[in-house]
Amino acid sequence: MDHDFNYLHHDPHFPESSGGEWRFSRFDRGGRGRRPHPLPRRRFISNLKEKQYIEHSQSLIEFAKSLPGVEGVTARYLESGKVESDYKTNKKRPNDLDRSVGASIVGIDPKAEDAVTHISKNIIEGSYLDNGDYDQVVVGALLLKKYLKFDSTSFPTLDNIEIGSKVRVTVSGNTREVTVKGIIKSKVDEIDRRVFFVDQQFRGLINRYDFNVDEIVVRLKPQLNPLTIKNALASGGFSDYAKIQTAEDAEPKFLHDIKQTFALLGSVISSIGLIAAAITIFIIIFVNAITRRRFIGIMKGIGVTSTAVEFSYILQSLFYALFGTAIGMFLVFVVLVPYFHNHPINFPFSDGILVATLSGTLIRAFILFASTVIAGYIPARIVVKQNTLDAILGR
Amino acid sequence: MIIQAQNLTRKYKSGLGEIVALKNVDLTVKKGEFLAITGRSGSGKSTLLYQLGLLDRPTSGDIYIEDVNVSNFSDIERTHLRLKELGYIFQDYAILPSLTALENVTLPLLMMGLDSREIKKKAETALGKVSLGHRFSNLPSQLSGGEQQRVSIARAISHDPKIIFADEPTANLDSETSKVILQVFLELHKEGQTIVMVTHEKEYATVADRVITLSDGEIIKESRGSLQ
Repeated sequence: MDHDFNYLHHDPHFPESSGGEWRFSRFDRGGRGRRPHPLPRRRFISNLKEKQYIEHSQSLIEFAKSLPGVEGVTARYLESGKVESDYKTNKKRPNDLDRSVGASIVGIDPKAEDAVTHISKNIIEGSYLDNGDYDQVVVGALLLKKYLKFDSTSFPTLDNIEIGSKVRVTVSGNTREVTVKGIIKSKVDEIDRRVFFVDQQFRGLINRYDFNVDEIVVRLKPQLNPLTIKNALASGGFSDYAKIQTAEDAEPKFLHDIKQTFALLGSVISSIGLIAAAITIFIIIFVNAITRRRFIGIMKGIGVTSTAVEFSYILQSLFYALFGTAIGMFLVFVVLVPYFHNHPINFPFSDGILVATLSGTLIRAFILFASTVIAGYIPARIVVKQNTLDAILGR
Repeated sequence: MIIQAQNLTRKYKSGLGEIVALKNVDLTVKKGEFLAITGRSGSGKSTLLYQLGLLDRPTSGDIYIEDVNVSNFSDIERTHLRLKELGYIFQDYAILPSLTALENVTLPLLMMGLDSREIKKKAETALGKVSLGHRFSNLPSQLSGGEQQRVSIARAISHDPKIIFADEPTANLDSETSKVILQVFLELHKEGQTIVMVTHEKEYATVADRVITLSDGEIIKESRGSLQ
């Protein structure tokens, strides 16, 4: 069974980031208007395709915890199963689509899971699991009719499920009647079609007493390159037992494509902005130099060199660029980035935030300054190279 | 001789054909001399001044300044020579309107790379010589025409040039103010300053050591002024 699901957050701290990009955070936002939680790098480890689970899971977990830069590790048991509702009052048609759904049933350590993924922030009804909870589950919103916005036989849902409702979960041949403690809704369908148990109980349900798990998520410190940990795990020999991916590796292709599209749009817009800025500066300097043509002539006449005049115009255009860059950086770093952090764009698949790195911004500023020098020099040169006497006499 | 011009010819192309503004002019100016160039409008007097002052290039002929042939100097060399050795006074003052009187005078001094204390001292001295010691911080718009021309003179003398070229310095001024300006020239001349002045007013030309009169680009008359 392949559990290569990407239900991890898209990490906004990837080293490939450059200034002015849109990023998508899929999991750890509580919704519109909620401040995103700091997202350290994560690694996502799942079982190999040919294996039912990650062998030597505990060794891997201990090894991962021992690596420098690892802030936390969480492990998950995962099996497919069935969830039923309303099974006591209507026994005649137990397999009706609104009473029985297939789902991924997951066992987690609530505390460790929340520390790594902040999953509890996505609880929209009821409350999150506690480590001692027994026969209590958190249900994904897409398993519930009231949260699925369309009616389709391809997406069966449970009707009349509220906090405190009883549901029956069948997994690995074992059936338990459990109480719905919370409902979770994220922007990742895989999450929203899961039912979460406390791992201690879940191990018994799936008869997994060897403590081998199906997924492991590693939380890294900010600024740490995820490849370092990926390589360390591979060097430890764990790639023979598990599929090791960075959060970016595990990112679905559509999200990757959207990111690239936004990056391309960002580049196009910034290129247009750069050209517009250069043309504007060119026009300003040209008009300025033309209207002062006579004074430039006088200055040349009394011995001011052409280079000095050109240099003064280049300095002037650099001042415009500096001023523009300062305003731009203020808008980006003080206004736009914090604004979109607090009010992310609510895409159906993710929250969109604006990411502007200092290095990316400085590179763009450098390009602006370089174009400004040219945009300031050319018109100054055109005016300065005119005949001094003609300029003085206004001919 | 501080200036020596040989066979100076300046031709311009215009829609009507070629205009000869100067025809084989030979001229010398002694060190410390006050030379006035006069003539009717279009006689070529200003053209001659621009050639001698290195603001324009003659079509043919040579110009020597202190026995150095400057005719073939590059633009940069001419600019440096203008900055260090020559001073200019234009008919319409040609001072920068956004700069104060003092700042206008400091402009060539700044380009010479002097230190700021020396620049200030020289600029203040120059403005003092033209009796504008009390108008340092005034903008040109706050000065009368005569005062603006005196700022222009102060700028021309601030760096102690060897020659001052003045193109119709009194043309825009009333007679009283013109006399004040001429008096400034005379005082500079007394201090040994070489001055070449273009004027179309004979009355003003006669205050010089020597007066040459141009007509159709040629020197038609040379006479002594009242200073002789």
